[in-house]
Amino acid sequence: MTISFDIPEHIQQQGQIIKWLAETTMRPFARELDENEHERPTVFIEQLWPILRDQQKSTLDKLQRAEVPTEGGEKKPKRPSTRMVGLLVQIEMLSWGDAGIYLCMPSASLGGAAIESVGTTEQKIRFLSRFAEGDKPVWGAMAITEPGAGSDNSAMSTTAVFDEETNEWVINGEKIFITSGKLALEESNGLVIVWATVNKAAGRAGIKSFVVEAGTPGVSIGKVEIKHGIRTSDTAALVFNNARIPADNVLGSAEVQASKDSKSFQGAMATFDASRPLVAASTLGVGRAALEFLKEKLAENGVEIPYGQPYHKLTAVQRDVMGMESQLHAAYLLTLRSVAMMDEGLHNSLEASMAKVKAGKVVTEVAQKAVGLLGALGYSREWLVEKWMRDAKIGDIYEGTGQINTLVVARRILGYSRHELA
Amino acid sequence: MVSFTSTEDQQLLISTINRYAVNDVRKVAHEADEASTPASDVVDTGWQIGLVPSAIPEELGGLGEMSALTGVLAAEELAFGDLSVALHVMTPALLAYPVALYGTAEQRETLLPLCLEAEVAPVTAALLEPGIFFDPYELKTTASQHEGKIHLNGEKAYVPLAEDARWILVYAHDSETSKVEAFIVDKSMSGVEIEKREQLMGLRALPTYRLRFNDVALDASAKLGGSVGIDYEKLLNRQRVALAAMAVGVARASFEYARDYAKQRVQFGKPIAQNQAIAFMLAEMAIEIDSTRLMAWEAAYKLDKGEDATKEAYLAKQYADNMVLKVTDSGVQILGGYGFIREYPVERWLRNGRGFPTFHGLAIV
Repeated sequence: MTISFDIPEHIQQQGQIIKWLAETTMRPFARELDENEHERPTVFIEQLWPILRDQQKSTLDKLQRAEVPTEGGEKKPKRPSTRMVGLLVQIEMLSWGDAGIYLCMPSASLGGAAIESVGTTEQKIRFLSRFAEGDKPVWGAMAITEPGAGSDNSAMSTTAVFDEETNEWVINGEKIFITSGKLALEESNGLVIVWATVNKAAGRAGIKSFVVEAGTPGVSIGKVEIKHGIRTSDTAALVFNNARIPADNVLGSAEVQASKDSKSFQGAMATFDASRPLVAASTLGVGRAALEFLKEKLAENGVEIPYGQPYHKLTAVQRDVMGMESQLHAAYLLTLRSVAMMDEGLHNSLEASMAKVKAGKVVTEVAQKAVGLLGALGYSREWLVEKWMRDAKIGDIYEGTGQINTLVVARRILGYSRHELA
Repeated sequence: MVSFTSTEDQQLLISTINRYAVNDVRKVAHEADEASTPASDVVDTGWQIGLVPSAIPEELGGLGEMSALTGVLAAEELAFGDLSVALHVMTPALLAYPVALYGTAEQRETLLPLCLEAEVAPVTAALLEPGIFFDPYELKTTASQHEGKIHLNGEKAYVPLAEDARWILVYAHDSETSKVEAFIVDKSMSGVEIEKREQLMGLRALPTYRLRFNDVALDASAKLGGSVGIDYEKLLNRQRVALAAMAVGVARASFEYARDYAKQRVQFGKPIAQNQAIAFMLAEMAIEIDSTRLMAWEAAYKLDKGEDATKEAYLAKQYADNMVLKVTDSGVQILGGYGFIREYPVERWLRNGRGFPTFHGLAIV
């Protein structure tokens, strides 16, 4: 290998297409949707569904073809993957359009990622086909957080009990803060991955993930949250009251392993290695939107950013902007590294958390500063910059707060377990 | 194709420099700093790794490998050992690289073979000027034409190893072109005055000097690159990324020392690293070091591709200046009282780290 910062041409082109999509289906509706919190971004959803559906279909088709052994099959040499770098570019650009609308993307989403990473081929086909067919959009979601289990998700109390008579799992409990939870279970024929314990005494080893499909009796939508930012995103609570699902809706092994940290919990946590950089990517898009807008307005008012000039020749505003720009870029590079490592098949937990910490913090600060520097109009709802400031804040909270991700970084660099560094 | 994995050759080079930094440089750094005297043997060993010679063009006996990216990888690792030694070993590059890039055939043939000897080549460069507001685009040192000669006037600061140098590359405002150009000055010429060795907060093992040029009359052939001159912006960018990378090296030295210390220092019955207050400082240090390294790499990558890297190099340097101060300060803080004692290296790293915003033109890749 050799160090390179070149984003492949086809990914850059995709980025440009998404930019057009963002400018036509997201930005023009961003303010109105923010003001009318629980309305759906229908133009965006209608545009995106056929594209995402067909992508999902081709992924599934490939999977099915791989099931059939090829004759005298000498495999083609595997090209190095660019999948994660591609996702970074796409998600960053979509969130530059609008982070709340982006989160309403009709796809399997995080639920799909979990099925992809731990599901069997049979499960992948059974659960993901719905995202690959039909005229009506379908959403997937992931339910981990509970009222009493946030960063400490091993403290969750939702239970899954196996009923041998009916060969079903019976789920009871409450999950909150589920992105697209209502879209998945009430507004489409989607599904939610629910994390629950099969044996509370076993701690982390007892936690498994289950696929709960739309239409399952005993599942109801609880509170739909009203939020500081990303208002267009659907954030719902789910209540499980003796919800019964088939035995083979459990992802990974149903056995409770004897070891303290079971493989399946670690496997579930490993999805964070992919999801954290992508959440960072989304946050970065919001930051770039705010910074670009700020620079545009400053330029209109005669303020340029003179790269190269010595410190004493810069105005306070120029210094601020340069600081924002380099901080944002630092976060971008950390994120790019964490996804490129994943594409190379390298272990990236440390780098993923670093990217998430940095992006969450920097974008929050950049957007807040942009509002400040833009004065009376920055604070006004006439412009989107105040919205971006509200949208930015979630980047330092979801998929692990800045603090819990800093803890992950600290443990890794110190070689400490969670018992040694609590 | 994005990747952050260096080539095998680069990895080999880095592990060579790392062994040198850990086994040779670290052993003498404290003493050299205390004595304000370079550890000459160790410096020679560093020179013999061959970083500068390998950048000399092939037709003049070198390997012709002048990659900014390989340069930043090497610069970080050298500075991880000690900043004074790193700058010392790389001082000849301050003249050699601009000459290799922009020199006329004659200039290259005269000067570059000096860099193929076993000892540190007796060449250096002078960019920075005394005074609190230094602007690399508005140099006060002037070069003016008069009766076929170029007359050099002005004062320079922080010129490394000037006392032992034979040739000094002097950056000055060229009154003919109204641009900054570089001039090759034979130190023995009349009008070249070494005012004094400077006494600095850090870099104590690197002799740097205040120089004065009193109407030094140079031949027209002393102008680097002849009538074409230099690409000053590109040289500034090569300096910016070199210094950013060295800041990463210094910061990493402090971080690793503080991390290891925090794991063995027991208070209240447990290692202090088991407190979030300390662990989070260390995590922050690690994140900021990695951020800066990536920015330096990216700027160097763009330089190697021949793209305009001003924005990247400038922001990387600015970022590095802030980062290295914060990280080395945290290093001292984590060691508490011991951090303040000179027998522990962290205070030296803080003194060296503080200097980066000032170190214009002290390193190049």
